[in-house]
Order: sequence, then structure tokens, then C-alpha cells
Amino acid sequence: MSEKRITTPLTEEAIADLRSGDRVLISGKILTARDAAHKRLVELVEKGEPLPVALEGQIVYFVGPSPAKPGQVIGSAGPTTSGRMDSYSPVLLELGLKGMIGKGYRNQEVRDALIKHKAVYFGAVGGAAALIAKRISSAKIIAYEDLGAEAIRELEVEDFPAVVVNDIYGGDAYQEGRAQFERKEAAGT
Amino acid sequence: MRELQAAAITDAVARLAKEACYFLPKDVVDKFDSALESEESETGRDILSQLRENVRIADAEEVPLCQDTGFTVVFMEIGQDVHVTGGDLNEAVNEGVRRGYEEGYLRKSMVTQPFGERKNTGDNTPAIIHSSIVPGEQVKITLLPKGGGAENMSALAMLKPSQGRQGVVDFVLNTISNAGPNACPPLIIGVGVGGSFDKVAYLAKKAILREVGSQNPEPHLAELEDELERRANDLGIGPMGMGGRTTVMDVFVEEYPTHIAALPVGVNIQCHSARHKEVVL
Repeated sequence: MSEKRITTPLTEEAIADLRSGDRVLISGKILTARDAAHKRLVELVEKGEPLPVALEGQIVYFVGPSPAKPGQVIGSAGPTTSGRMDSYSPVLLELGLKGMIGKGYRNQEVRDALIKHKAVYFGAVGGAAALIAKRISSAKIIAYEDLGAEAIRELEVEDFPAVVVNDIYGGDAYQEGRAQFERKEAAGT
Repeated sequence: MRELQAAAITDAVARLAKEACYFLPKDVVDKFDSALESEESETGRDILSQLRENVRIADAEEVPLCQDTGFTVVFMEIGQDVHVTGGDLNEAVNEGVRRGYEEGYLRKSMVTQPFGERKNTGDNTPAIIHSSIVPGEQVKITLLPKGGGAENMSALAMLKPSQGRQGVVDFVLNTISNAGPNACPPLIIGVGVGGSFDKVAYLAKKAILREVGSQNPEPHLAELEDELERRANDLGIGPMGMGGRTTVMDVFVEEYPTHIAALPVGVNIQCHSARHKEVVL
């Protein structure tokens, strides 16, 4: 199984080609946001006010990087746990967000929203933060600078490694992967 | 009575913070290598090789292995014949955290008022400090940067004594199963059994510091560790939860006498970025 190369912004065609369990290498511009930035974005949507970033066709990466050392584009930058964004993600998908990168389970509401709005959830390797930083060629803060590590950044990435967790067909790499390798004597525990 | 300057403790903590966040212990790296050999899932092997490469980059460039440089948990074993002079001991530790996290470009993740304002303290203090008094005239400091994702999936139960060994096994496996991909497997599982509500969590936390591959010297605990490790890996969760044979790198169980009415069990989950570093002053 080789990796599929995809570039941002994500097209409908590219999304339709992705299946849960596919390994991908992502290139192009992506946005970052985690807990605090999501909270602010959704509060703006609820008030009917414009967002500081355009989400259509974009991928949001759930990350709060460590501070950059002198000479670094960005500090270590692995994914954070996505489940904390579950209450916000459906709102952003409604606005045209097409991809999310994080780690860990999404709830049913998010998985349903991915199918409805034809978007994809990717899992990156948690803790591979020094490696992922090497695949980021530029980083600039574009909103909420006061949030520090949690500010919204625009990253230029090259061959960012990830796995399709939830596709637009209802596939789930966590469930499928586990079912494939589970030894049943462990069941019922 | 030996005198030890508080400043020496600050220096040691600052250094430990940086080194712990940059350099993964050899026993953990060796386990990545052996898991790469034994893992049957192709995606699982790909993830393990990314982790191996990540270790190489962090080591060569002296950058954090993971952006989450954690709660700073500090264990101090203080010899009873040591006299700390020139400052407050706990403040000396916090000053070391402050300095190490700033100088080391480590992320500051501690916030005040957990259900309210959640304002970042800006320097990763306060540390979570566990001190104990031991014989001798040395101070052993162990620093454990503990990531939030795995800590969030940890759990504690006050079982009924009648639930016995089976109750312990079920609770540990359920906790690992619920954690799934969220806690960044392959995991190290620290299990405490017995003591009180607070003691059992402490036992579980201390257990994750053990060397990967080690066994509890008590035969009944070593046997429990083996069974838990085998059955956790049979869950099929695999590296980063994508499916595979390597769900845990090791399971460590520690026990303590308890009350006639009690059977406390604590499960502290450590992600694969199992960072810790110690020094003896």
C-alpha cells in the first residue's frame, strides 16, 4: 500500500477518491486551530459575524506547536486530541471546511457531518512532532495572536504524513483497523 | 548533615526538563525497534518508523519530541541527612521548571482556574511535586513531562473487594480499550492496586517510570503484568489506534496494603513519548 499524494485546497474529486485507512501525503496550505480558536470562531458564527479566515476547501490542523528555536520555521508540531473539537467541527464543516487533521476518535455528530458535507478527517501520528515540523516550510499567524500556541496559523506543508480516518462513505479506520487485528479471546473484557 | 544549595536543585531541574523533552530513554527506543520487527500491520509499521525517525530528529536537533511538553511532574527522594539551604525547596523546583521551559523552547501548558478563566501561567509552573524522605544524604530528582492526551484517558476505580483479580483485569483492559487512539499508543500502562484513593494514583504514576521490559519481583504481580500485556495487545488497537499488534509497550503493576473494605485500582496511561530523566545530587 503506497501513499496517495493530495494537495490543498481539496477538490470534490480528490475527496471522493479517499478511503478510510489510506495513507496520504498532504502538500499545500493548511490552517491551524485548537480549543480556544475553535471556541472563538464558533462564537462569531453564532453572532452572525464574519470570520478572520476563509474556510472553504481548507484543511484545519489541530495543533498547538512548541515555540520555534532560532532558525526554525515552527517548533515541534504534532496533532492534539480531536475529540475536544467535536462540539465545534460541525459548524465549520457547514461553512465549507473540507478536512481536519488530528488524532483520536470523533463523535457520531462529526462523522455524520463529514458524510453530509463531503469532508474528510485525517489522523496524524501523535508525538511525531519533530518529524512533522520538518514537513512545514512556512508558518505565519493570521488570527488570534494573543492565544500564543493556540493562535490560528497558516502553514505551508510538504508531504505531511497522515492516514484517512473518516471518509465521506462512513468508513472509520479506527474501527476497521482494530477489527482486523483484534484477537477475540480478549473480547468481553 | 550535608548541605545542598537550592540553586543546585534549580539548575538540575532546568537541565532535566530540557533533556527529558529532547531525548527519549533507550529502553523505549529499543522497544520501538523490536515492535518494528514484530508488528504485522503495514500502517502500524509505517507509524512506528515515523516515531523512530522522530526520535532521531529530536535528538540531533535538540528539539522537543512532542509539542506537548506536559505537566511537569517531579519526584524528589530527599535524604534525611540533607539540609537544603539558600532558598525554599519547592520554589527552587519551580524556578528550574520556569528556566528549563523558557531556555529549552518547551511549550507552556499550565492554566489557572481549571473550570473558569483557564489563563496560561506562562512558564509551565506550578510543577506537580511529590517529595519523600529517605535514608542517606543525597537527593534524587526524577522529572516526568506528562502529556495531556494520555493523562486524560487515565482512570481510577474503587472496586468492591469481592471483584478481586478479575475486577482489576477488567478495569485495566476497559481503560486501555476506551483510550483507543486518543492516548497515542503504543502505551506504557502504570497500574496501582491497593492503598487509598490518593495512594493508588501515586502508585500508578510511579509505575510508569519503570524500565520497559522489567518485571515486578513479586511473582503474583509479574504474572498479572504478563496477562495484562498480552490481553491489551490482543485488543488490536495498534500504533496510533490504526489497528495492529502493538497496543502497549509494557504494563507495570505496583501494590500496597489496603483497607478491609477497599480494592482501589488506578490506571495511569503513558503515551509512546515516554519521557523522563533523573539525576542524583
